[in-house]
Amino acid sequence: MIVIRDLNKSYPSAAGAVRALENVNLTIQKGDIFGIIGFSGAGKSTLIRCLNRLEEPDSGSISIEGTVITDLREKELRLARRKIGMIFQQFNLLDSKTVFDNVAFPLKVAGHPKEYVRKRVREILELVKLGDKEKAYPSQLSGGQKQRVGIARALANEPDVLLSDEATSALDPQTTYSILELLADINRQLGLTIVLITHELDVLQHICRNMAVIEQGRIVETGPVDKLFLHPESDTARRFVGILESYRRRGYILEGAGAGI
Amino acid sequence: MRDDLIDLLWEGLRQTLYMVFWSSIFALAIGLALGVTLVVTDKGGILQAPKLNKVLSFVINSVRSLPFIILIVLLLPFARWVVGTTLGPTAAIVSLSIGAAPFLGRIIENSLKEVGAGKIEAAKSVGASPWTIIFRVLIPEALPALVRGMTIAVIGIVEFTAVAGAIGAGGLGSLAIRFGYQRFREDILFATVVVIIALVQGIQWTGDGIAKAIRRRRFTPE
Repeated sequence: MIVIRDLNKSYPSAAGAVRALENVNLTIQKGDIFGIIGFSGAGKSTLIRCLNRLEEPDSGSISIEGTVITDLREKELRLARRKIGMIFQQFNLLDSKTVFDNVAFPLKVAGHPKEYVRKRVREILELVKLGDKEKAYPSQLSGGQKQRVGIARALANEPDVLLSDEATSALDPQTTYSILELLADINRQLGLTIVLITHELDVLQHICRNMAVIEQGRIVETGPVDKLFLHPESDTARRFVGILESYRRRGYILEGAGAGI
Repeated sequence: MRDDLIDLLWEGLRQTLYMVFWSSIFALAIGLALGVTLVVTDKGGILQAPKLNKVLSFVINSVRSLPFIILIVLLLPFARWVVGTTLGPTAAIVSLSIGAAPFLGRIIENSLKEVGAGKIEAAKSVGASPWTIIFRVLIPEALPALVRGMTIAVIGIVEFTAVAGAIGAGGLGSLAIRFGYQRFREDILFATVVVIIALVQGIQWTGDGIAKAIRRRRFTPE
Protein backbone atom coordinates (compact mmCIF):
# COMPACT_ATOMS: atom_id res chain seq x y z
CA MET A 1 0.00 0.00 0.00
CA ILE A 2 1.17 3.52 -0.81
CA VAL A 3 0.00 6.34 1.42
CA ILE A 4 0.64 9.96 0.50
CA ARG A 5 -0.19 12.55 3.14
CA ASP A 6 -0.31 16.34 2.72
CA LEU A 7 2.40 16.39 0.10
CA ASN A 8 3.63 19.82 -1.00
CA LYS A 9 6.25 20.80 -3.51
CA SER A 10 7.06 24.15 -5.06
CA TYR A 11 9.70 25.38 -7.47
CA PRO A 12 11.36 28.73 -7.43
CA SER A 13 10.80 30.70 -10.62
CA ALA A 14 11.28 34.24 -11.88
CA ALA A 15 7.66 35.05 -11.00
CA GLY A 16 7.94 33.65 -7.47
CA ALA A 17 7.43 30.11 -6.21
CA VAL A 18 5.30 27.86 -8.41
CA ARG A 19 3.32 25.33 -6.42
CA ALA A 20 3.67 22.06 -8.28
CA LEU A 21 1.88 19.98 -5.64
CA GLU A 22 -0.61 21.25 -3.10
CA ASN A 23 -1.71 19.13 -0.14
CA VAL A 24 -1.82 15.92 -2.09
CA ASN A 25 -3.46 13.02 -0.26
CA LEU A 26 -3.69 9.66 -1.93
CA THR A 27 -3.95 6.01 -0.95
CA ILE A 28 -3.06 3.29 -3.43
CA GLN A 29 -3.87 -0.31 -2.58
CA LYS A 30 -1.31 -3.09 -2.88
CA GLY A 31 -1.58 -4.88 -6.23
CA ASP A 32 -3.58 -2.08 -7.86
CA ILE A 33 -2.89 -0.51 -11.23
CA PHE A 34 -3.38 3.12 -10.40
CA GLY A 35 -3.46 5.86 -13.00
CA ILE A 36 -2.84 9.54 -12.42
CA ILE A 37 -4.13 11.66 -15.27
CA GLY A 38 -3.75 15.34 -15.97
CA PHE A 39 -2.88 17.86 -18.64
CA SER A 40 0.67 19.03 -19.20
CA GLY A 41 2.02 20.99 -16.26
CA ALA A 42 -0.63 19.68 -13.85
CA GLY A 43 2.07 18.21 -11.60
CA LYS A 44 1.65 14.53 -12.34
CA SER A 45 5.31 14.00 -13.19
CA THR A 46 6.40 15.81 -10.03
CA LEU A 47 4.05 13.65 -8.00
CA ILE A 48 5.33 10.31 -9.29
CA ARG A 49 8.94 11.46 -9.00
CA CYS A 50 8.36 12.30 -5.35
CA LEU A 51 7.47 8.66 -4.70
CA ASN A 52 11.11 7.57 -5.07
CA ARG A 53 12.39 11.03 -4.22
CA LEU A 54 13.93 11.86 -7.56
CA GLU A 55 12.19 15.07 -6.49
CA GLU A 56 12.38 16.07 -2.85
CA PRO A 57 8.97 17.13 -1.52
CA ASP A 58 8.90 20.27 0.63
CA SER A 59 6.57 18.76 3.21
CA GLY A 60 4.23 15.85 3.79
CA SER A 61 4.88 12.14 3.95
CA ILE A 62 4.97 9.15 1.63
CA SER A 63 4.97 5.59 2.83
CA ILE A 64 5.37 2.55 0.61
CA GLU A 65 4.66 -0.88 2.07
CA GLY A 66 5.15 0.53 5.55
CA THR A 67 8.46 2.28 4.83
CA VAL A 68 8.22 6.01 5.30
CA ILE A 69 10.16 7.10 2.21
CA THR A 70 10.20 10.75 3.23
CA ASP A 71 12.04 9.95 6.49
CA LEU A 72 14.89 7.99 4.93
CA ARG A 73 18.50 9.14 4.88
CA GLU A 74 20.50 8.99 1.67
CA LYS A 75 21.82 5.44 2.19
CA GLU A 76 18.51 4.02 3.36
CA LEU A 77 16.80 5.70 0.43
CA ARG A 78 19.15 3.91 -1.97
CA LEU A 79 18.19 0.58 -0.40
CA ALA A 80 14.49 1.46 -0.56
CA ARG A 81 14.77 2.44 -4.24
CA ARG A 82 15.76 -1.12 -5.13
CA LYS A 83 12.21 -2.09 -4.26
CA ILE A 84 10.66 0.74 -6.29
CA GLY A 85 11.13 0.16 -10.01
CA MET A 86 10.70 3.02 -12.43
CA ILE A 87 10.23 3.30 -16.20
CA PHE A 88 10.52 6.47 -18.22
CA GLN A 89 9.09 8.12 -21.30
CA GLN A 90 12.54 8.32 -22.93
CA PHE A 91 13.48 4.80 -21.70
CA ASN A 92 16.81 6.10 -20.32
CA LEU A 93 18.79 3.01 -21.20
CA LEU A 94 22.58 3.12 -21.12
CA ASP A 95 23.96 3.20 -24.67
CA SER A 96 27.32 1.89 -23.49
CA LYS A 97 25.80 -1.35 -22.24
CA THR A 98 24.15 -4.29 -23.97
CA VAL A 99 20.59 -5.27 -23.16
CA PHE A 100 21.99 -7.88 -20.78
CA ASP A 101 24.18 -5.36 -18.96
CA ASN A 102 21.40 -2.78 -18.77
CA VAL A 103 19.20 -5.28 -16.98
CA ALA A 104 22.12 -6.55 -14.90
CA PHE A 105 22.94 -3.01 -13.73
CA PRO A 106 20.47 -2.84 -10.81
CA LEU A 107 21.44 -6.37 -9.76
CA LYS A 108 25.12 -5.44 -9.68
CA VAL A 109 24.26 -2.29 -7.77
CA ALA A 110 22.52 -4.51 -5.22
CA GLY A 111 25.70 -6.59 -4.98
CA HIS A 112 24.34 -9.92 -6.18
CA PRO A 113 26.84 -12.66 -7.17
CA LYS A 114 27.56 -13.13 -10.87
CA GLU A 115 25.78 -16.46 -11.15
CA TYR A 116 22.58 -15.07 -9.72
CA VAL A 117 22.79 -11.98 -11.94
CA ARG A 118 23.08 -14.09 -15.08
CA LYS A 119 20.18 -16.32 -14.08
CA ARG A 120 17.95 -13.44 -13.06
CA VAL A 121 18.67 -11.34 -16.18
CA ARG A 122 17.79 -14.27 -18.48
CA GLU A 123 14.64 -14.98 -16.50
CA ILE A 124 13.43 -11.39 -16.62
CA LEU A 125 14.33 -10.99 -20.32
CA GLU A 126 12.17 -14.05 -21.02
CA LEU A 127 9.33 -12.40 -19.12
CA VAL A 128 9.49 -9.29 -21.32
CA LYS A 129 9.98 -11.48 -24.41
CA LEU A 130 13.45 -10.25 -25.30
CA GLY A 131 15.34 -13.47 -24.64
CA ASP A 132 17.02 -13.27 -28.05
CA LYS A 133 18.25 -9.68 -27.66
CA GLU A 134 20.60 -9.88 -24.70
CA LYS A 135 23.70 -9.06 -26.76
CA ALA A 136 22.12 -6.14 -28.66
CA TYR A 137 22.81 -2.50 -27.81
CA PRO A 138 19.87 -0.15 -27.15
CA SER A 139 20.45 1.68 -30.45
CA GLN A 140 19.67 -1.55 -32.26
CA LEU A 141 16.19 -1.86 -30.73
CA SER A 142 12.81 -0.40 -31.63
CA GLY A 143 11.01 1.93 -29.20
CA GLY A 144 8.81 -0.87 -27.89
CA GLN A 145 11.81 -3.15 -27.37
CA LYS A 146 13.66 -0.37 -25.56
CA GLN A 147 10.76 0.08 -23.18
CA ARG A 148 10.71 -3.68 -22.58
CA VAL A 149 14.35 -3.46 -21.55
CA GLY A 150 13.38 -0.52 -19.31
CA ILE A 151 10.69 -2.67 -17.73
CA ALA A 152 13.11 -5.59 -17.31
CA ARG A 153 15.61 -3.28 -15.62
CA ALA A 154 12.91 -1.90 -13.33
CA LEU A 155 11.78 -5.39 -12.35
CA ALA A 156 15.21 -6.96 -11.91
CA ASN A 157 15.34 -6.48 -8.14
CA GLU A 158 11.79 -7.76 -7.63
CA PRO A 159 10.26 -4.45 -6.55
CA ASP A 160 6.98 -4.06 -4.68
CA VAL A 161 6.03 -1.06 -6.78
CA LEU A 162 6.53 -0.05 -10.39
CA LEU A 163 6.36 3.64 -11.24
CA SER A 164 5.63 4.53 -14.84
CA ASP A 165 6.46 8.09 -15.86
CA GLU A 166 4.59 8.47 -19.18
CA ALA A 167 6.16 5.18 -20.28
CA THR A 168 4.06 4.84 -23.42
CA SER A 169 3.92 8.48 -24.51
CA ALA A 170 6.81 8.13 -26.95
CA LEU A 171 5.37 4.98 -28.56
CA ASP A 172 2.93 4.47 -31.40
CA PRO A 173 -0.58 3.22 -30.51
CA GLN A 174 0.08 -0.40 -31.38
CA THR A 175 3.30 -0.54 -29.39
CA THR A 176 1.58 1.28 -26.53
CA TYR A 177 -1.02 -1.45 -26.51
CA SER A 178 1.58 -4.23 -26.33
CA ILE A 179 3.48 -2.49 -23.52
CA LEU A 180 0.24 -2.00 -21.56
CA GLU A 181 -0.60 -5.68 -22.04
CA LEU A 182 2.86 -6.54 -20.69
CA LEU A 183 2.34 -4.31 -17.65
CA ALA A 184 -1.06 -5.88 -17.00
CA ASP A 185 0.52 -9.35 -17.29
CA ILE A 186 3.27 -8.45 -14.87
CA ASN A 187 0.73 -7.06 -12.44
CA ARG A 188 -1.19 -10.35 -12.59
CA GLN A 189 1.85 -12.62 -12.42
CA LEU A 190 3.90 -10.79 -9.82
CA GLY A 191 1.15 -8.98 -7.95
CA LEU A 192 3.15 -5.77 -7.81
CA THR A 193 1.53 -2.37 -7.51
CA ILE A 194 1.76 -0.19 -10.62
CA VAL A 195 1.44 3.57 -10.45
CA LEU A 196 1.38 5.29 -13.79
CA ILE A 197 0.95 8.82 -14.95
CA THR A 198 -0.43 9.62 -18.35
CA HIS A 199 -2.27 12.18 -20.39
CA GLU A 200 -3.88 9.48 -22.52
CA LEU A 201 -7.37 8.30 -21.57
CA ASP A 202 -6.71 5.16 -23.55
CA VAL A 203 -4.04 4.09 -21.11
CA LEU A 204 -6.32 4.62 -18.11
CA GLN A 205 -9.18 2.81 -19.71
CA HIS A 206 -6.98 -0.03 -20.87
CA ILE A 207 -5.26 -1.20 -17.72
CA CYS A 208 -6.02 0.98 -14.71
CA ARG A 209 -8.50 -0.03 -12.04
CA ASN A 210 -8.36 3.15 -10.00
CA MET A 211 -7.30 6.63 -10.84
CA ALA A 212 -6.80 10.16 -9.67
CA VAL A 213 -7.19 13.37 -11.65
CA ILE A 214 -4.62 16.07 -10.98
CA GLU A 215 -5.21 19.71 -11.79
CA GLN A 216 -2.80 22.53 -10.97
CA GLY A 217 -1.05 20.44 -8.37
CA ARG A 218 -4.20 19.30 -6.61
CA ILE A 219 -5.96 15.96 -6.70
CA VAL A 220 -9.46 16.92 -7.80
CA GLU A 221 -11.03 13.55 -8.28
CA THR A 222 -10.26 9.97 -7.38
CA GLY A 223 -11.99 6.62 -7.64
CA PRO A 224 -12.48 3.66 -9.98
CA VAL A 225 -11.72 4.36 -13.65
CA ASP A 226 -15.32 3.59 -14.68
CA LYS A 227 -16.54 6.44 -12.55
CA LEU A 228 -14.35 8.94 -14.41
CA PHE A 229 -15.80 7.89 -17.73
CA LEU A 230 -19.42 7.69 -16.56
CA HIS A 231 -19.63 10.54 -14.06
CA PRO A 232 -16.72 12.89 -14.46
CA GLU A 233 -16.78 15.48 -11.67
CA SER A 234 -13.67 17.59 -12.10
CA ASP A 235 -13.00 20.07 -14.84
CA THR A 236 -10.06 18.11 -16.18
CA ALA A 237 -11.97 14.85 -16.25
CA ARG A 238 -14.91 16.50 -18.03
CA ARG A 239 -12.60 18.01 -20.59
CA PHE A 240 -10.86 14.69 -21.19
CA VAL A 241 -14.10 12.79 -21.55
CA GLY A 242 -15.66 15.69 -23.44
CA ILE A 243 -13.03 15.52 -26.16
CA LEU A 244 -13.81 11.86 -26.58
CA GLU A 245 -17.55 12.49 -26.62
CA SER A 246 -17.35 15.24 -29.22
CA TYR A 247 -15.41 12.92 -31.51
CA ARG A 248 -17.94 10.20 -31.05
CA ARG A 249 -20.75 12.60 -31.93
CA ARG A 250 -18.92 13.92 -34.96
CA GLY A 251 -18.26 10.39 -36.12
CA TYR A 252 -21.95 9.67 -35.70
CA ILE A 253 -22.90 12.62 -37.88
CA LEU A 254 -20.25 11.96 -40.50
CA GLU A 255 -21.21 8.34 -40.89
CA GLY A 256 -24.89 9.21 -41.15
CA ALA A 257 -27.42 8.33 -38.45
CA GLY A 258 -26.55 4.94 -37.20
CA ALA A 259 -24.87 3.77 -40.36
CA GLY A 260 -22.32 1.09 -39.71
CA ILE A 261 -23.28 0.67 -36.05
CA MET B 1 72.09 17.18 -44.66
CA ARG B 2 74.77 15.87 -42.35
CA ASP B 3 75.11 12.42 -40.79
CA ASP B 4 74.21 13.54 -37.26
CA LEU B 5 70.67 14.37 -38.40
CA ILE B 6 69.10 10.98 -37.84
CA ASP B 7 70.72 10.51 -34.43
CA LEU B 8 69.66 13.95 -33.25
CA LEU B 9 66.13 13.49 -34.55
CA TRP B 10 65.81 10.08 -33.01
CA GLU B 11 66.98 11.32 -29.63
CA GLY B 12 64.63 14.30 -29.84
CA LEU B 13 61.66 12.16 -30.82
CA ARG B 14 62.40 9.68 -28.05
CA GLN B 15 62.45 12.48 -25.46
CA THR B 16 59.30 14.06 -26.85
CA LEU B 17 57.43 10.75 -26.81
CA TYR B 18 58.62 10.12 -23.27
CA MET B 19 57.38 13.53 -22.13
CA VAL B 20 54.10 13.34 -24.04
CA PHE B 21 53.35 9.84 -22.80
CA TRP B 22 53.88 10.44 -19.09
CA SER B 23 52.47 13.97 -19.08
CA SER B 24 49.35 12.69 -20.81
CA ILE B 25 48.89 9.96 -18.23
CA PHE B 26 49.37 12.28 -15.26
CA ALA B 27 47.35 15.09 -16.80
CA LEU B 28 44.57 12.63 -17.61
CA ALA B 29 44.49 11.34 -14.04
CA ILE B 30 44.36 14.85 -12.59
CA GLY B 31 42.04 16.10 -15.34
CA LEU B 32 39.59 13.23 -14.83
CA ALA B 33 39.43 13.99 -11.12
CA LEU B 34 38.90 17.68 -11.88
CA GLY B 35 36.31 17.10 -14.61
CA VAL B 36 34.30 14.61 -12.57
CA THR B 37 34.41 16.85 -9.51
CA LEU B 38 33.22 19.83 -11.56
CA VAL B 39 30.28 17.86 -12.93
CA VAL B 40 29.10 16.15 -9.75
CA THR B 41 29.44 19.23 -7.53
CA ASP B 42 27.61 21.48 -9.96
CA LYS B 43 24.11 22.70 -9.11
CA GLY B 44 21.76 19.77 -9.65
CA GLY B 45 24.71 17.35 -9.73
CA ILE B 46 24.77 14.05 -7.87
CA LEU B 47 26.99 15.46 -5.10
CA GLN B 48 25.97 19.11 -5.20
CA ALA B 49 28.51 21.45 -3.57
CA PRO B 50 28.25 24.86 -5.25
CA LYS B 51 31.01 26.48 -3.15
CA LEU B 52 33.57 23.79 -3.90
CA ASN B 53 32.51 23.97 -7.53
CA LYS B 54 33.13 27.70 -7.71
CA VAL B 55 36.52 27.53 -5.99
CA LEU B 56 37.68 24.69 -8.23
CA SER B 57 36.44 26.47 -11.31
CA PHE B 58 38.33 29.62 -10.30
CA VAL B 59 41.58 27.70 -9.75
CA ILE B 60 41.24 25.97 -13.13
CA ASN B 61 40.59 29.24 -14.91
CA SER B 62 43.56 30.85 -13.18
CA VAL B 63 46.00 28.12 -14.19
CA ARG B 64 44.60 28.13 -17.73
CA SER B 65 44.97 31.86 -18.10
CA LEU B 66 48.75 31.71 -17.57
CA PRO B 67 50.87 31.41 -20.69
CA PHE B 68 52.47 27.99 -20.54
CA ILE B 69 56.03 29.28 -20.57
CA ILE B 70 55.33 31.34 -17.44
CA LEU B 71 53.65 28.40 -15.77
CA ILE B 72 56.79 26.33 -16.33
CA VAL B 73 58.92 28.97 -14.66
CA LEU B 74 56.49 29.20 -11.76
CA LEU B 75 56.55 25.43 -11.36
CA LEU B 76 60.36 25.09 -11.46
CA PRO B 77 60.75 24.95 -7.67
CA PHE B 78 57.99 22.36 -7.50
CA ALA B 79 59.64 20.29 -10.24
CA ARG B 80 62.93 20.42 -8.32
CA TRP B 81 61.16 19.26 -5.19
CA VAL B 82 59.48 16.34 -7.01
CA VAL B 83 62.26 15.06 -9.28
CA GLY B 84 65.35 16.80 -7.90
CA THR B 85 66.17 18.88 -10.99
CA THR B 86 64.70 21.57 -13.21
CA LEU B 87 66.35 20.39 -16.42
CA GLY B 88 65.58 17.57 -18.81
CA PRO B 89 62.46 15.73 -19.91
CA THR B 90 61.62 14.29 -16.48
CA ALA B 91 61.49 17.72 -14.88
CA ALA B 92 59.36 18.94 -17.76
CA ILE B 93 56.80 16.20 -17.16
CA VAL B 94 55.91 17.82 -13.83
CA SER B 95 55.11 21.18 -15.45
CA LEU B 96 53.48 19.62 -18.48
CA SER B 97 51.15 17.49 -16.37
CA ILE B 98 50.08 20.38 -14.19
CA GLY B 99 49.82 22.74 -17.15
CA ALA B 100 47.63 20.39 -19.19
CA ALA B 101 45.45 19.03 -16.37
CA PRO B 102 43.08 22.02 -16.07
CA PHE B 103 42.58 22.00 -19.84
CA LEU B 104 41.78 18.29 -19.74
CA GLY B 105 39.53 18.92 -16.74
CA ARG B 106 37.40 21.31 -18.78
CA ILE B 107 37.30 18.99 -21.77
CA ILE B 108 36.26 16.08 -19.57
CA GLU B 109 33.68 18.25 -17.81
CA ASN B 110 32.11 19.12 -21.17
CA SER B 111 32.01 15.50 -22.31
CA LEU B 112 30.44 14.29 -19.07
CA LYS B 113 27.81 17.03 -19.17
CA GLU B 114 26.56 15.62 -22.46
CA VAL B 115 25.34 12.48 -20.68
CA GLY B 116 21.55 12.78 -20.48
CA ALA B 117 20.06 13.61 -17.10
CA GLY B 118 17.54 10.82 -17.67
CA LYS B 119 20.26 8.17 -17.64
CA ILE B 120 21.54 9.45 -14.32
CA GLU B 121 18.00 9.45 -12.93
CA ALA B 122 17.45 5.91 -14.12
CA ALA B 123 20.61 4.86 -12.27
CA LYS B 124 19.47 6.73 -9.17
CA SER B 125 16.07 5.07 -9.37
CA VAL B 126 17.61 1.60 -9.03
CA GLY B 127 19.54 2.72 -5.96
CA ALA B 128 22.98 3.40 -7.47
CA SER B 129 25.44 5.36 -5.33
CA PRO B 130 27.16 8.48 -6.67
CA TRP B 131 30.36 6.47 -7.02
CA THR B 132 28.61 3.83 -9.13
CA ILE B 133 26.97 6.52 -11.24
CA ILE B 134 30.36 8.12 -11.95
CA PHE B 135 32.16 4.94 -12.94
CA ARG B 136 29.38 2.84 -14.46
CA VAL B 137 27.22 5.52 -16.06
CA LEU B 138 28.88 8.91 -16.57
CA ILE B 139 32.30 7.80 -17.80
CA PRO B 140 31.23 4.84 -19.99
CA GLU B 141 28.37 6.81 -21.56
CA ALA B 142 30.66 9.73 -22.37
CA LEU B 143 33.54 7.55 -23.57
CA PRO B 144 33.56 8.43 -27.30
CA ALA B 145 33.48 12.16 -26.47
CA LEU B 146 36.12 11.64 -23.79
CA VAL B 147 38.44 9.94 -26.26
CA ARG B 148 38.03 12.74 -28.77
CA GLY B 149 38.64 15.33 -26.07
CA MET B 150 41.73 13.51 -24.85
CA THR B 151 43.07 13.44 -28.39
CA ILE B 152 42.85 17.23 -28.53
CA ALA B 153 44.58 17.45 -25.16
CA VAL B 154 47.42 15.08 -26.09
CA ILE B 155 48.09 17.14 -29.21
CA GLY B 156 48.08 20.20 -26.97
CA ILE B 157 50.70 18.46 -24.82
CA VAL B 158 52.89 17.83 -27.90
CA GLU B 159 52.74 21.56 -28.51
CA PHE B 160 53.57 22.26 -24.85
CA THR B 161 56.62 19.96 -25.00
CA ALA B 162 57.96 22.00 -27.90
CA VAL B 163 57.56 25.15 -25.80
CA ALA B 164 59.15 23.45 -22.81
CA GLY B 165 62.05 22.56 -25.11
CA ALA B 166 62.89 26.24 -25.25
CA ILE B 167 63.85 26.24 -21.60
CA GLY B 168 65.80 23.05 -21.27
CA ALA B 169 63.28 20.25 -21.43
CA GLY B 170 64.89 18.47 -24.37
CA GLY B 171 62.87 16.82 -27.12
CA LEU B 172 62.05 17.94 -30.65
CA GLY B 173 61.22 21.52 -29.62
CA SER B 174 64.60 21.99 -28.04
CA LEU B 175 66.26 20.44 -31.09
CA ALA B 176 64.56 22.89 -33.41
CA ILE B 177 65.63 25.85 -31.28
CA ARG B 178 69.17 24.80 -30.34
CA PHE B 179 70.18 23.54 -33.78
CA GLY B 180 67.70 24.95 -36.23
CA TYR B 181 67.52 28.46 -34.83
CA GLN B 182 70.70 29.06 -32.86
CA ARG B 183 73.08 27.15 -35.20
CA PHE B 184 71.33 27.80 -38.50
CA ARG B 185 70.84 24.11 -39.22
CA GLU B 186 67.87 24.42 -41.54
CA ASP B 187 67.88 20.71 -42.31
CA ILE B 188 67.25 19.98 -38.63
CA LEU B 189 64.58 22.65 -38.32
CA PHE B 190 62.78 21.29 -41.36
CA ALA B 191 63.10 17.64 -40.30
CA THR B 192 61.82 18.46 -36.82
CA VAL B 193 58.75 20.12 -38.23
CA VAL B 194 58.06 17.11 -40.43
CA VAL B 195 58.38 14.72 -37.50
CA ILE B 196 56.12 16.83 -35.27
CA ILE B 197 53.48 17.04 -38.01
CA ALA B 198 53.63 13.27 -38.47
CA LEU B 199 53.37 12.76 -34.72
CA VAL B 200 50.31 15.01 -34.40
CA GLN B 201 48.64 13.36 -37.41
CA GLY B 202 49.31 9.96 -35.89
CA ILE B 203 47.78 10.94 -32.56
CA GLN B 204 44.69 12.44 -34.20
CA TRP B 205 44.26 9.40 -36.41
CA THR B 206 44.55 7.02 -33.46
CA GLY B 207 42.09 9.02 -31.34
CA ASP B 208 39.55 9.25 -34.15
CA GLY B 209 39.93 5.53 -34.77
CA ILE B 210 39.29 4.60 -31.16
CA ALA B 211 36.28 6.94 -30.82
CA LYS B 212 34.83 5.62 -34.06
CA ALA B 213 35.31 2.00 -33.02
CA ILE B 214 33.46 2.59 -29.76
CA ARG B 215 30.61 4.34 -31.52
CA ARG B 216 30.43 1.66 -34.19
CA ARG B 217 30.08 -1.05 -31.56
CA ARG B 218 27.29 0.82 -29.78
CA PHE B 219 25.39 2.33 -32.66
CA THR B 220 25.62 -0.01 -35.63
CA PRO B 221 22.20 -1.27 -36.69
CA GLU B 222 21.96 -5.04 -36.60
